[in-house]
Amino acid sequence: MTQTNNKALIAVLSVVFGLVAGAIIMLIFGYNPFSGYGSLIATAFGTPQNIGEIFSQMTPLILTGLSFLVAQQAGFFNIGMSGQLYAAWVGSVWFALTFPQLPNFLIIIGATLFGVILGGISGLIPGYLRAKFGASEVIITIMLNYVILYLGNSAITSFPKAIRQTTDSTNQVGDHGSIAMKWLSDLTNQSSISAGIFIAVIVTILVWFIMKKTTFGFSIEAVGKNADAAKYAGINEKATQIWAMTLSGALAGLGGVTEGLGHYGNVFVQNSTPETGFNGMAVALLGSGSFIGVILAAALFSALTVGGSGMPNISGVPTELVSIVIALIIFFVGSSYLIQLLIKKIKAADAASAGSGKGPKGKKPKKTNQTEEAQA
Amino acid sequence: MNILSILALLISTTIIYSAPLAFTAIGGTFSERGGVVNVGLEGIMTMGAFSSIVFNLSFGNSLGQLTPWLGLVVGAIVGLAIAWLHALATVTLRADHIVSGTVINLIAPALGVFLIKVIYGKGQTDQISQSFGYSDIPLLDRIPILGRLFFHNTSYPALLSILVAFLTFYIIYKTRFGLRLRSVGENPQAADTLGLNVARLRYEGVLISGLLGGIGGALYAESIALNFAVSTIAGQGFISMAAMIFGRWNPIGAMLAAMFFGLSQSLSVIGAQIPLINQVPSVWLQIFPYVLTIIILTIFFGKTRAPKADGVNYIKSE
Repeated sequence: MTQTNNKALIAVLSVVFGLVAGAIIMLIFGYNPFSGYGSLIATAFGTPQNIGEIFSQMTPLILTGLSFLVAQQAGFFNIGMSGQLYAAWVGSVWFALTFPQLPNFLIIIGATLFGVILGGISGLIPGYLRAKFGASEVIITIMLNYVILYLGNSAITSFPKAIRQTTDSTNQVGDHGSIAMKWLSDLTNQSSISAGIFIAVIVTILVWFIMKKTTFGFSIEAVGKNADAAKYAGINEKATQIWAMTLSGALAGLGGVTEGLGHYGNVFVQNSTPETGFNGMAVALLGSGSFIGVILAAALFSALTVGGSGMPNISGVPTELVSIVIALIIFFVGSSYLIQLLIKKIKAADAASAGSGKGPKGKKPKKTNQTEEAQA
Repeated sequence: MNILSILALLISTTIIYSAPLAFTAIGGTFSERGGVVNVGLEGIMTMGAFSSIVFNLSFGNSLGQLTPWLGLVVGAIVGLAIAWLHALATVTLRADHIVSGTVINLIAPALGVFLIKVIYGKGQTDQISQSFGYSDIPLLDRIPILGRLFFHNTSYPALLSILVAFLTFYIIYKTRFGLRLRSVGENPQAADTLGLNVARLRYEGVLISGLLGGIGGALYAESIALNFAVSTIAGQGFISMAAMIFGRWNPIGAMLAAMFFGLSQSLSVIGAQIPLINQVPSVWLQIFPYVLTIIILTIFFGKTRAPKADGVNYIKSE
């Protein structure tokens, strides 16, 4: 119990530190942090449309966050969510535009399946290579990101003219295969919100169920904690690893499907691998392994992103500040040792001021010496 | 075009494209030999590129031809500063190496564009006026055929990268520092027992990787990209990492691998001028180095030959 409390505390402190660091950066460059963050909040929650956008941006972040979480549980580091998402994005839009004669629900199901399968395959490849050959999945997923980026871009530019709007973007899926919901769009002044957000929440519950309540989930966790022990206990550790990476890729792929059929409604050539994939990692790290945490972190990051887009006009602060803040938050989560040390010290100080805890004090000077040495 | 001029063109563009990769990959070797995985090379290159372009734009008129060289120095210093953050996070604060590296990759383009907007009021810079052009190496370019192929229309920093590779080989395998760095990357406990300062050596490895990665980024910006925008580096750092692995954590191997990747990159640029190659759809040339890295990694070095303690935080017991 105290450990979960600590994790939540680390997450909250990381966010606070990240925001403070962002404020310091604003101060250094002569912006007013109050008006900077003020304009961010005013933009994020100012209009129903922007609130809709927050939900829209949350959708793929939740799914990529889950994707990262599943891989992490199996002891894998999936940096390929960006590519897995893009593969599915291109695939699902292609499917929807190529079979417009099908009934709408069949298009959606077909496009989703096709996209999820492409995402799954993009996850399976590094999973297989790591399980069978021991090749580092980190490097392979990074390389695959670029392979998929170029293949996807090239696919888009060579789609038949009939389904392309310009040389490097496709038509809108529109009435054929869109997962937009009219009442939601009307409610949010035609924002890009779609049924994707419900899909994401339902899938979160599903993945939670799989991970916590099924044998498969248990196997993943066992393999992730100690593959050798799991093998000894009779779990097929290689198959489990491969399936976990496939599931991870499929989840990131689903995120791509919601981008294609929901948020953007089409697909277009990318300059670099979609950032959403990397931000999913950020979401999972901030969510620190908890499913609610992933949803909350995704909400925070999308609110920051949507709000950040309004900063330049109102307060003059470049939108990139938001990416810096998000990266800093992850830095603090990643360096949680720093925060844990801080919490320990605060507790020790509390105990000391209460006049009872002399125990932990003896250790402290030693630790600071060590850090200083390392920095020198 | 006759075969000799095609070859000359191919070799000169290859060398120019491979030099930034070589510098960065050799840098990565230092970091990983010391046991710290550096996925942040991409971000380090980005900051090196950013700082050298800003320096070049600001001082190009007054410093003239010396500017790009000083730009490399500026890139090196900034790369060093970014790498210090990585060392601080991984060695001192015990953060996960991949998380810290990814943070650097996330923050670098954002920070670069943020600062560009603050300085110039727009999202990307103008073209620099003082860049590394093509130059003939005096005397050597008079060697028959070889001179034409290797020393005509080439670039000094590219040749420098080859020298650095050999120098690094010497440092890592023949000096006391190299031996200590490798021992810290293979078995930090044992190194600690022998009285080596594990944290300090790891810091040094990461810092050198930042220095060389910064030079790599600056070189790419000042010889190939010629301006700074969010997508200037786009993947070069990751290719460098691939080159390092492909070169089996050996600086000369890394340099050769960088040349190979440089060749495939230059093919996708000048391929249209070369018979046969111009028949290949450009997408295959684009994905070639990445696919090849995956294959090599899988088949030949499957059980990775990375330094044993690579990516493992060393926590000194008290």
